[in-house]
Amino acid sequence: MKREIPLMIVFVTGLFMAVQFFVPHSKSEFVYEFVMEWTIIIGIFALALGIWSIVRVSANKIKRRAENWQYAIIILAGLISMPIFALTGGLESYMWRHFFNYIIMPLHATMFSLLAFFIASAAFRAFRAHSLLASVLLFSAIIIMLRFNPFLGFLGEPIGDLAAWILNVPNMAAKRAIIIGIGLGMVGTALKVILGIERTYMGSD
Amino acid sequence: MMKNKFLLFIMVLLVIPIAGWGQDETEPDGVVESVPPAPPTNLSAFDTPNDNGHSISLQWDLSADDVEGNLDFAGYRILRAESPDGPYEIRKDSIPRGTMSERDSGVKESDNQDYFPREKDFWYKVVTLHKNGNAESEVFGPVRAVGQLYNWGKTPVAAAVILFTVFTLFFIQKARAGAELYVRPLAGIDAVDEAIGRATEMGKPILYVLGLGTAADVATIASFTILSRVAKKVAEYQTSLIVPCYDPIVMTVAQETVKTAYYDAGRPDAYHEDDVFFVTNQQFAYVGGVNGIMIREKPATNFYLGKFYAESLILAETGSATGSIQIAGTDEVTQIPFFVVACDYTLIGEELYAASAYLGREPILLGSLKGQDYCKALVIISILLGVIAAIFNWDGFMNLFTVGN
Repeated sequence: MKREIPLMIVFVTGLFMAVQFFVPHSKSEFVYEFVMEWTIIIGIFALALGIWSIVRVSANKIKRRAENWQYAIIILAGLISMPIFALTGGLESYMWRHFFNYIIMPLHATMFSLLAFFIASAAFRAFRAHSLLASVLLFSAIIIMLRFNPFLGFLGEPIGDLAAWILNVPNMAAKRAIIIGIGLGMVGTALKVILGIERTYMGSD
Repeated sequence: MMKNKFLLFIMVLLVIPIAGWGQDETEPDGVVESVPPAPPTNLSAFDTPNDNGHSISLQWDLSADDVEGNLDFAGYRILRAESPDGPYEIRKDSIPRGTMSERDSGVKESDNQDYFPREKDFWYKVVTLHKNGNAESEVFGPVRAVGQLYNWGKTPVAAAVILFTVFTLFFIQKARAGAELYVRPLAGIDAVDEAIGRATEMGKPILYVLGLGTAADVATIASFTILSRVAKKVAEYQTSLIVPCYDPIVMTVAQETVKTAYYDAGRPDAYHEDDVFFVTNQQFAYVGGVNGIMIREKPATNFYLGKFYAESLILAETGSATGSIQIAGTDEVTQIPFFVVACDYTLIGEELYAASAYLGREPILLGSLKGQDYCKALVIISILLGVIAAIFNWDGFMNLFTVGN
């Protein structure tokens, strides 16, 4: 029974969600939205579990004096200080805004901006013409880069047309093939979950 | 007497041209007088089909003045009332010239300003907006919006789902009966054992990243299945596993998945709850945390399986720089190229969903995979037929695949 009841719940709710997609009636929509609100409530409870997890992992690191344990102190300090600033002074308080605008946002921006450098290094590796297919990739990439380079506008329409063809024909065809496969894979996986064939998410297969 | 008559005659002669002259000045030849426009005709309204019951569709024939080049004709306005005598309120304004249909819709929340009540009678009028004034159509009503129990526009989707289910169940049944099912090998899946073995030999941990998806995303569910297989192998090989999570619910499920895998492998003592932990649900803070783990712990193998966005390349390039073997898989089409260039093996799109069947080699899972393959063949055939139908203008065939709202 320990396994059958959760499987039954998954089957019933999964089937309801599948049928609901085809029922536009507002009562069906109401039930759907009601269930979605429940997932938000569950998410809030789970957040508490997440916070407890990070506190425990960080505290253990500090206790064991594990390698780089000092970082764990910073994690805990941030985890404690931001809610305190928000609860005592609100989201407009000087300290909260200061920490958010001058610590969190620049850190996020820094991480994101690394992407530009990583794209360059990954492109350098990917565009080595070591085989026929890699050479085709390199040639296509050069055409696309020429097309979008603002300083090379003088190359004119032929490059633009070729770039548009690469993007709209072979690129789009491959993309759509992947999307169709993904769609079928998603339905297949959902079906396996609803029918109870796939149940590792419950902790066992 | 005669003199007076003569004077009167002269005055009349003078007055007539003066009046005519004045008239010529104010109304030159060719100017249309202020004639009100013709109203729209044949107004009809009906419950919008295949909806939730909060909209009514209207159709009408154009006003006779709604002609090309008539710049005085501004468009139409829709009025609605709860009784034929009014009062009428404006529901849609400034509908462009040449429009012959419109939808009056609203939301289902009764406390919303844009609320559109269900199963309530309404009367409609359409008004022309013209420089010389407005002209109203005949009143049409009563008409009421009703929610439908089935969206006929989605019938092609329903048919496809039923077909897919039948195929899948058929092949599952066949697999259960003991039929040998061939599935083509996937390099990324074949490399899983090798990657875990390498980590064991090197004495370094394995990093498993479930991505930024929630537990409700199918890609994350597929990733849980692969995690279970990987964790079981890790437990058997007595290697360590690190699973940093972005979502707390995902973390809870991942903990349970890994714990059960360790139990199934007969190594419950090797399971540490802290190996599967929550980092943060801020995208780039999470990336920073995971990259930090990669640089400090130098895992031998990195798995990136699930839903990934802009962080995909930042993670994969860092993993590449630390010398890890990397196996990635995602259903985010825009991120697949990044994984392809930065990882050793990439599961492209649907291969992520197929991975669990490949790893487990269980007949039931392989059967579902086979059903999927046959559906894919059907899709390819439909596309080819669609191309032929488009060339020969066989609208009937193409309309079979039209999906409504």
